[in-house]
Amino acid sequence: MAADPDLEAVRSGDEAAFEALVVRYHGPLLQLAAQYVRDRGVAEDVVQETWIQVLASLKRFEGRSTFKTWVYGILINVARARRRRESRLLPFTSLFRREGGNGPAEDHDRFNRDGAWTTLPARWDSLPESRLLSLETLAKVSDAIAALPEKQREVILLRDVAGLGSEEVAGLLEITPANQRVRLHRAREAVRQALEEYLR
Amino acid sequence: MTCREVVALMTDYLEGALPAADRARFEEHIAGCAGCTAYLEQLRVSLRVLGALAAVPVPEAQRLELVAAFREWRTRA
Repeated sequence: MAADPDLEAVRSGDEAAFEALVVRYHGPLLQLAAQYVRDRGVAEDVVQETWIQVLASLKRFEGRSTFKTWVYGILINVARARRRRESRLLPFTSLFRREGGNGPAEDHDRFNRDGAWTTLPARWDSLPESRLLSLETLAKVSDAIAALPEKQREVILLRDVAGLGSEEVAGLLEITPANQRVRLHRAREAVRQALEEYLR
Repeated sequence: MTCREVVALMTDYLEGALPAADRARFEEHIAGCAGCTAYLEQLRVSLRVLGALAAVPVPEAQRLELVAAFREWRTRA
């Protein structure tokens, strides 16, 4: 694997490079952490602990995955361990989030019997950027992700929010690339639908 | 391919996972279908919004604590 400039910079003691990574990865790491633990403060602790573990293990990192993927893998382990610890303290019933079913990703009355559109989807190419990337729009998307089953949430956060490659995501979650794409398809469709309802 | 079939393959298409023959049929359909073109555009827009979720500022105290941890790591290294 080619040398990773971020990894090399951090290993060589470049403080600015480390800080830049902390800033750049914060959002995706925090949102992924929030999928495993319940409150935001705990999720922030998980991110913090992840970086401490990254530093502690940096010498042993062998480059079998990219540095970025390795960091996300550590976060998943830290977050899952934290959830296990918390689950011993919580009443049993509070552990279960309500999760949507595994139903078909698309709603099927959008197509007629010949499989053609009954109503054409709206065109989004002229939506103003300010509306599209407004805090309200982003909040709608966050809500849509939060409502997904965990297996879909993990995939969409790693692939589309964190921006890991599809094979890296499949490797981290120990699922096949095809399964990864099925989960991603459902998750993206849920996000698209939430946007469609909000932007109409 | 029908519109329903094309929609079912959208993620495989965007992920570059469609075999060449399917990809060609997919693109041929899209080229002549306003509905599927609009739908693909919606998905691409959704991906941009998802990417924008990544921008969350690090709380100042957390950033400073991590920089301090890094300095300590460096002196021990």
